[in-house]
Amino acid sequence: MVTTTLTTHVRELTGNTSVIEIKGEVNAQAEKALMDAYNQVTGKGAHNILLDFSQLEYMNSSGIGLLVTLLIRVKRQNQRLLACGLSDHYRQIFDLTRLNEAITIYPTTQDALAALK
Amino acid sequence: MEDKPTPTESQQSRQNAWASPVKSMRVGEVSSEAVNLNVEGRRITGPVQGFGQMWQKTYRINLIGKKVPAKDLIREWKANFAKFWPKNNTFYGPQGSITPGDVAVLNLAGPGGITAPGGKPVISTGIMVVYADDESFSFLTPEGHMFAAMITFSAAEENDLTTAQIQALIRASDPFFEMMCRIGMGHRMEDTFWFQTLRNLAAHFGASGEPTLERVLVDPSVQWSEARNIRWNSGIRTFFYLLGTPFRWVGDRLKAR
Repeated sequence: MVTTTLTTHVRELTGNTSVIEIKGEVNAQAEKALMDAYNQVTGKGAHNILLDFSQLEYMNSSGIGLLVTLLIRVKRQNQRLLACGLSDHYRQIFDLTRLNEAITIYPTTQDALAALK
Repeated sequence: MEDKPTPTESQQSRQNAWASPVKSMRVGEVSSEAVNLNVEGRRITGPVQGFGQMWQKTYRINLIGKKVPAKDLIREWKANFAKFWPKNNTFYGPQGSITPGDVAVLNLAGPGGITAPGGKPVISTGIMVVYADDESFSFLTPEGHMFAAMITFSAAEENDLTTAQIQALIRASDPFFEMMCRIGMGHRMEDTFWFQTLRNLAAHFGASGEPTLERVLVDPSVQWSEARNIRWNSGIRTFFYLLGTPFRWVGDRLKAR
């Protein structure tokens, strides 16, 4: 039986910036949890959506596919998708898949916030 | 200095499921029969870099009549990947099982399986294996491939039934290939290709079953910023390469004298 291994926590950082904290594994089963979190931040009027991967345990190629579809939804709503807290390994994966060309990566939440000011 | 925690064996094995980043694709040794074009030195692309509408296409087949554990199916699929391809299409990959970082040359037939004179491919392009573990494996495509794509092959077991799945997250690479998709030809070619692959895979295990397709239009808009991808178009480049074959043949004879 397949189990969901991703949990998300949503936080509002500023009026137009929210963070989705990602904990656990991002794989094909993570779609609902991730999209629910996205709908939640969008419902609060977020323009900048920051994915915090500092508690990410694992991401497979289906997880990357999921981020691509999330990116498209974000772009179609004229929002911005950002990422922070990626380990060296996952920074390399973003590089390999060229997701880093579409999602701006910051070391930490504070760095992302500072850049958005 | 802060010590970084050492990854456990299991964490290391999962990290090794990913290929290392590369600036551009490097083709290893391939058969002399292969038309090896449009891969060496090309950058990897994914659906983010393509031009056309973004589709998520999921092809599935239930292996009816045989109980095959999902991990066994993936192991066999990785070991015999080329064998399951439809007639007149050839996957020239490194020897052995699909492994992260592998680069393969693809010689593809045209619509209806037609080939160029002499049995040559209509399109020569490639893929890179970016991910492979016990449960799935994924490819990304080089610049000039028909689709800027991530394609993931996986298997699952539910209620004593094993399902093999191919999920393609794709955009036509450039305006030419997008036009082929809009008139139905590009998608039809792709659908026929993966349906036959899944039928061949099922037959390999002695199972029956009919493939299904679920299509989702993820992004109906095109990315004009990527229109210049047409300069890498593997169909056009293969066409001109084949057109030049008689001249290369004469040139080689003259050089040999």
